[in-house]
Amino acid sequence: MEQSGEQLIQAIQLDVWNALHDPEVLKKCLDGCLSMERVSDHQFQAVVSAKIGPVRAKFNALIHVENLAPPDSYTLVVDVKGGVAGFGKGTADISLSSMGDTTNLTYTVKGHVGGRLAQIGSRLIVSASRKMADSFFANFAKLWAENQV
Amino acid sequence: MTTETGIGASVKRKEDARFITGKGRYTDDINLVNQTYLVFARSPYAHAKINGIDLEPAKATPGVVAVFTGKDLAADEIGDLPCGWMVKSKDGSDMISPSHPPIAIDKVNYVGEPYALVIADTPDAARNGAEAIEANFEVLEAVLSTADATSGPQIHENAPNNRSYDWELGDKDATDTAFDNAAHITKLDIVNNRLIPNAIETRAALGDFDSSTGNYTLYTTSQNPHVERLILAAFVNVAPEARLRVISPDVGGGFGSKIFVYAEETAVIWAAGKLGRPVKWRAERTESFLGDAHGRDHVTHAELAIDDDGKFTGLRVSTKANMGAYLSTFASSVPTYLYGTLLAGQYTTPNIYVEVQAVFTNTCSVDAYRGAGRPEATFVVERLVETAARELNMDPAELRRKNFIPPDAFPYETPVALTYDTGNYGISLDKALDLADVAGFESRRSDSESRGKKRGLGYSCYIEACGLAPSQVAISLGAGVGLFESAEIRVDVTGSVTAITGSHSHGQGHETTFAQLISDRFGIPFESVDVVHGDTGRSDYGLGTYGSRSIAVGGSALMSAADKIIAKGKKIAAHMLNSNEDNVDFADGRFTAADTNESLAFGEVAFSAYVPGNFPLEELEPGLSEKAFYDPANFTYPAGAHICEVEIDPDTGVTEIAQFVAVDDFGNVINPMIVEGQVHGGLAQGIGQALLEHGIYDADSGNLITGSYLDYAMPRADHLPDFTVDTTVTPCTHNPLGVKGCGEAGAIGSTAAVMNAVTDALGVIDMPMPATPETVWKVARGA
Repeated sequence: MEQSGEQLIQAIQLDVWNALHDPEVLKKCLDGCLSMERVSDHQFQAVVSAKIGPVRAKFNALIHVENLAPPDSYTLVVDVKGGVAGFGKGTADISLSSMGDTTNLTYTVKGHVGGRLAQIGSRLIVSASRKMADSFFANFAKLWAENQV
Repeated sequence: MTTETGIGASVKRKEDARFITGKGRYTDDINLVNQTYLVFARSPYAHAKINGIDLEPAKATPGVVAVFTGKDLAADEIGDLPCGWMVKSKDGSDMISPSHPPIAIDKVNYVGEPYALVIADTPDAARNGAEAIEANFEVLEAVLSTADATSGPQIHENAPNNRSYDWELGDKDATDTAFDNAAHITKLDIVNNRLIPNAIETRAALGDFDSSTGNYTLYTTSQNPHVERLILAAFVNVAPEARLRVISPDVGGGFGSKIFVYAEETAVIWAAGKLGRPVKWRAERTESFLGDAHGRDHVTHAELAIDDDGKFTGLRVSTKANMGAYLSTFASSVPTYLYGTLLAGQYTTPNIYVEVQAVFTNTCSVDAYRGAGRPEATFVVERLVETAARELNMDPAELRRKNFIPPDAFPYETPVALTYDTGNYGISLDKALDLADVAGFESRRSDSESRGKKRGLGYSCYIEACGLAPSQVAISLGAGVGLFESAEIRVDVTGSVTAITGSHSHGQGHETTFAQLISDRFGIPFESVDVVHGDTGRSDYGLGTYGSRSIAVGGSALMSAADKIIAKGKKIAAHMLNSNEDNVDFADGRFTAADTNESLAFGEVAFSAYVPGNFPLEELEPGLSEKAFYDPANFTYPAGAHICEVEIDPDTGVTEIAQFVAVDDFGNVINPMIVEGQVHGGLAQGIGQALLEHGIYDADSGNLITGSYLDYAMPRADHLPDFTVDTTVTPCTHNPLGVKGCGEAGAIGSTAAVMNAVTDALGVIDMPMPATPETVWKVARGA
């Protein structure tokens, strides 16, 4: 499962970079995020409540930040556990490029799921994860557009 | 006697009225006072060690009554789920049957394997509890591919190379010699795709323990409740057999998947005793995908040796059969005694050698599924024969005809251990050629080409072996159960009849067919016969329904019991008619004294049996009730010719079945309408395998990708043509009804016919199955 997208953010690249590493900002952008904490310099822990098809559950996510090349690119390595509902593993490659006052953000997300999540239909999973990723970056863009950062 | 309801009449199924109007009584329709609900926690990993399970959050979930793990069952000495057929390897060693605790204890070996169970007052509370369970899994590398299983990471400590057995049948040296001398050799590498059974009713179980008597009752969706009871008592150690009653009420389809004894009903009946409350479990559809034993999944290399005259001289087959993670109840017999023995097909091939390695993978168990081994054998033989015809530029019908076992050669001993009692393969093929208008095919092909379509024709002349028998032969080959059937006939005072069979109906229509048999035999109204099945409390014993055995074995058992009834009836009638029992005939429902020509109706004799004023009780007991156990002398051998014609749109890859003709020899037919219905269902499943169905595990994660109807393609009405179904008749020579069985034939013959037609249309020797639009589109483009 792989998907990609891009968003034009109404901010300069360094501000975007910093915001993407701020747990409070991340929490606002991730639908269903109940908590987001920094547990070390390059590690976040999150609890997300999500419903994918017939599966609803609280997922615990451990997020590692890798391949740091500030302020241009980095990789998020995500390990999600939802107990009986299943699990997910994935990576998100995120790149920023300056377009004057604005910043172009591109992302490529790869991952796979297991457990009950894996059985509910791969089309459903692909569309749900696409929606989640798109929504995250759209929310992020919206924060800047509405000057909420 | 031929009547509107007798043998040979298409009597409408009497059970359908309740099924169609929602009055069927299935396991999940049964509810008991104070009942609880059970939900399993299932492994999300294909292969992992269990380093601990935190049950506390589940126990604290509102409504949860109890939470158990495999250790709790083990502490109560609940045993492993056994495999009931011992197969030996080439070297004489026993097959390796790994330990299979019903609930995983230290390790999980496939996605969906249960490792804990939660019992609650409501289904929702049980689900919430199961979701709260946290297990600490240490994920291990998994092995998923059938072809590479022997070189993958070892799953079971006692099964090196992930191999259960390496079995062989036939004369290897003679077969090799035949190949050395062959004028032509046809070779194919064949993958028989994994299928997932999809009974319309998912599996369910309701366990009840009566603390006042210490007796257990298990209601469950079983095809063979007596075997379920035997295994749960003798091997799994749930309760003594006499104290366990198993009831299979109305069951909505099985196709083999409900033969086996599973973890779920074992846990249910154990927990009912543990808690002293009834416990119910009903599978969700995805649980059925994950846990009901799958079918097929063979990887085969096969070669056919042919001489200058186009006669088959040798067949060599090497197969890897995927068993999944554990040996299911009868899994070991499927790719051996139900597969290798069928490789002669309808042909006189004198030298056959087959070797089969049964391998373990981190997938759901594989066991009997409609046809069980015989579809795989037919697919190998009929794909090879069709391919040989193309390579030799011969008419595929002619090549088959040239090699058919001739009608005067029966009984015919094959080189792979079977003796076919009767058959006439040529007349079935002739009839099919005629019905399919094969003579007009080329003009239809030209017409398709003019529309930019590709048209193809494919044959399959299958044989199957039904009513697995006789018991003593099977037991000597490793079977752990007998293969007879029981019957009891109770004639009531007023002459109506209760017929109790150890066979089980889960869609086959026994209540109708068996009532036809009894009504015909006794000359009493069809409506006066009640057929009872599916309850160990009401029938003595039984082996249930699988392998198209119900009419051939169960029906014959009923006939044996009926003979005993008539024999006793003659004795009673002789006294009443002042005659001698040897002079009393029974026909058309009347006992007639040949010397006086006076006669009595069946009901009059029945009445006298229970109001015994007319015969000396010191010679003859009152009552009219008899039992029989019938053990067949041989398998029965239904056979037939299937012809499939397809039209393919090369731009979309969509294959349309333009026509499908099935001419089957089932011996005598009791109810032609029910038989035709069985053929239709079988054809749909066989065509489903060829064009649509495929159980796929993700090669990296071991997830079942096809875990719901979003991803597993079932055949639907619009995938199927209006079938042309007909029969020929060579009666079975060794059972009283001359019947052979019809349940699986459609699924056994059709898959090869479809693939032969698709490859003919595309002009290729071989291609992967199922022939989905994507695959066909690629092949049509030479990709």
